[in-house]
Amino acid sequence: MKTWVTPGGVHPPENKHQSLTMPIATLPLPEKLLIPLSQHIGTPAVPCVEVGKKVLKGQKIAEANGPLSVPMHAPTSGIISAIEHRPIAHSSGMLAPCIEITSDGRDKWKKHDGFEDVENATPAALVKAIGEAGIAGMGGAGFPSAIKLSPGYQRPIHTLIVNATECEPYITADDSAIRERAAEIIEGIGILSHILGNPSNIMIGIEDNKPEAIAALEPHVVDTGISVVSFPTKYPSGGEKQLIYILTGKEIPSGDLPADIGMVCVNIGTTYAVKRAIVDGEPLISRVTTMTGDACGINRNYETLIGTSVSHMLANSEFNQDGCSRLVMGGPMMGFSLTSADVPIVKTTNCILAPSYEEIPEDDPAQPCIRCGMCAEACPVSLLPQQLFWYSQADDHERLEAHNLFDCIECGACSYVCPSNIPLVQHYRHSKGEIQKARAEKVRSDHARERFEFHQQRIEQAEKDKEAKRAARREAAEQAKAKAAASPDKSASTAGGGAADIIAAAQARAAAKKVSPEQQQAKFERSIAGAEMRLQMAEEKLADAGEGQTDEQNNILTAAVEGARQKLEQAKGRLAEHIKQHNGEQVD
Amino acid sequence: MAFKQISSPHAHASQNTAKVMQLVLWATIPGLIALTIHFGWGSLINVVLATVTAVIAEAFIIKLRGRPVAFYLKDYSAVLTAVLLGLALPPLAPWWVVVVGTLFSIVIAKQLYGGLGYNPFNPAMVGYVVLLISFPIQMTTWVTPLALLPDGISHPGLIESVQIVFGGLNPTDGVTGATPLDSFKYADGLLVDQIYAQNPLFSQATIAGVGWEWVNIGFLIGGLILLASRIFTWHGPVAMLAAIALMSILFWDGGSSDSPGSPLMHLFSGATMMGAFFIMTDPVSSAVSNRGRLIYGALIGVLVYIIRAWGTYPDAVAFAVLLANFAAPFIDNYTLPRTYGHTDRRRATEKEED
Repeated sequence: MKTWVTPGGVHPPENKHQSLTMPIATLPLPEKLLIPLSQHIGTPAVPCVEVGKKVLKGQKIAEANGPLSVPMHAPTSGIISAIEHRPIAHSSGMLAPCIEITSDGRDKWKKHDGFEDVENATPAALVKAIGEAGIAGMGGAGFPSAIKLSPGYQRPIHTLIVNATECEPYITADDSAIRERAAEIIEGIGILSHILGNPSNIMIGIEDNKPEAIAALEPHVVDTGISVVSFPTKYPSGGEKQLIYILTGKEIPSGDLPADIGMVCVNIGTTYAVKRAIVDGEPLISRVTTMTGDACGINRNYETLIGTSVSHMLANSEFNQDGCSRLVMGGPMMGFSLTSADVPIVKTTNCILAPSYEEIPEDDPAQPCIRCGMCAEACPVSLLPQQLFWYSQADDHERLEAHNLFDCIECGACSYVCPSNIPLVQHYRHSKGEIQKARAEKVRSDHARERFEFHQQRIEQAEKDKEAKRAARREAAEQAKAKAAASPDKSASTAGGGAADIIAAAQARAAAKKVSPEQQQAKFERSIAGAEMRLQMAEEKLADAGEGQTDEQNNILTAAVEGARQKLEQAKGRLAEHIKQHNGEQVD
Repeated sequence: MAFKQISSPHAHASQNTAKVMQLVLWATIPGLIALTIHFGWGSLINVVLATVTAVIAEAFIIKLRGRPVAFYLKDYSAVLTAVLLGLALPPLAPWWVVVVGTLFSIVIAKQLYGGLGYNPFNPAMVGYVVLLISFPIQMTTWVTPLALLPDGISHPGLIESVQIVFGGLNPTDGVTGATPLDSFKYADGLLVDQIYAQNPLFSQATIAGVGWEWVNIGFLIGGLILLASRIFTWHGPVAMLAAIALMSILFWDGGSSDSPGSPLMHLFSGATMMGAFFIMTDPVSSAVSNRGRLIYGALIGVLVYIIRAWGTYPDAVAFAVLLANFAAPFIDNYTLPRTYGHTDRRRATEKEED
């Protein structure tokens, strides 16, 4: 099958063989598991258990909080021993809300069942089940899968891409999972295809350095319409944008999602999790994680419970801390260093890398940039990293944006090749943060300015209105005086005449204010027309929403239609009453 | 357990700036050998003298600037500048010419602008131009190529050469003479064929000028090695050479007495190949993008030809490179590559995307 070649890219030593000598294993059950409430993009989940409560394996312990959130489940049976802020695996070393479970050692599952008849289940029900299983993209970003699988009717999906590229050196989690679980993975892809309305094109993208995995997949894709597409190994081919280009020759427009061009791209680990969730009814409570690096005596893949601490993993892998130059969660290109091993494995952790000093030595101090351009040759999205570095140092935000800083995927290829050892990606992250901060500040100050200007305008308007009223009153008074002067008999009794004038003036004002029946009727008719339009819109929305929506959303839309209908009835009633009244008057 | 916090990527290729500079230094060797064979020991003495001067000057200024001397000297950038200047200067030039040029390159053109990576102009060419303008006689006195030395006369030996350079000893008559570009330019009123027939510089040459053609081939070989090692991309050199070839074909009027010379002469004489592969490829002062380097290279090629053909100087690589250095930031503004996901190239100066 034809594949396309991305610009740039690098070929770092693969170092994948070390962790592929043995099959996937399981670690001894840890005594305690720490489940961060935020393991995905979006708002953290909300605990639905209290400290001291007994939970079974697979039981939900935290609810999703909003559409971009996913629930969490107990990875083993035991007692909730703490709900508090703990250090998590984050590049800043920050604390985050977590639930700690003390294992009871029984690892006892809650009762769970999958769908009996997947083929006849509605996509909406399957998506709901995937959301309930707490599945978020397992390739790295942790995007909630249920959202990805609901692109909406206005974006029909014609291509489903399964990302089995695994282009980062050292990591073999996907590779080993494919070798051992190809049938289940293909089953998972089938479910995804069903959810997405059977896209015409389903491809598994995989680099040609995984011949065993390709061979394991091939027998299972026969007659399924799924094609296994291998392409030359190059970092970073596994980036979503890069993979889509390699397989289809199409680019996702800057700022858009793959669904905008009719594609969905999921990690192959996610497809396995989907199969477990739908067919077996098991939520996402474990994943394959590679333990590798020369500072560990044992390099292999583990089916790791979410919440297992990195130190537990190291302790079971003959870890030699003195020989370890750094501890990395993820791969050597995009992974982030951990300052402590007492942090949990999360849903996106595909690798723990504990390299020796020989493997990954301390970084040399940075030398000046000589603008050699090797970074530009390596950049997979055709940026000019040397220029970005220059403007990043100068904090020139306009130039940075003109050089498309925000299209940088932070793959690290530029830093990898830089002969001057400049930590380019770090500079870009810093500048992105600064620009975002400046943008937020600008929005805030714009708001404040608008508020102030509106306030000024309002005060001025109020002043003007007052002035106009005063002028009107003065005029009315003068007219009354003139009237009084014109009829001298009334003016004889000054006091009584004055009172009569005031009453007359008030009556005149009331008459002026009173709207003619025709105007009133027109007003009612307008409001009916408006109500009809709103009703129509609400009905259209409900009709459009169709099957892709959850019950809750459907309820809201139905309520909106009902409300609009009632308003219309009311308006019609008012008009009828008015006409009756008005006609009565005419009869009189 | 505590571990160091280090920003990704954690893996690095083994390339470093010092290695890049060293590779470029090695790649000058074919050219240096050709110079030494055809013009004697003078170029080698230039190179050594310039290198010593450059390293001392660089160390002194870095010390003055309060920077770690060893760290910066280890990048070999000063050595490279000195070697390129030494190769460009006439063999057997007086020592003070070499020293003044090198000092100007390192101190003024490089360190006063902020050192490696911050110089807007090619330091070696700044030094060269300063010398050419200040000491025209010393700078235009070239050694006669080996093949054209009068009978019984040879190039001065190493010791005699050192005495000429440092002791002001005058070389034997016939050892110095004009370059091919020089003699071609000042052969007024003659048809090109007549020049080629009368002047042994051309009549005894294979493609361009005796000795010079081999020097250019030497630098071409070194340049191709660098190209194959991906030290630079093909865009700059190819654009420059193509522009020179195109211009000389365009204005080659069949060889009248007004003809500025044949394409082969322009490509294989003077500093053409050294300029294309060792001078204009200096990344610091050139345009950055591949498209930018095409324009930058073509600009240099056109300027070289214009100055050679209609200017007062017989060769023009140094002037052309410096003029193009001025234009590089401007070229950069309009030659951004098209980024993934964008329909068009952007301009560096635009405020918001159209």
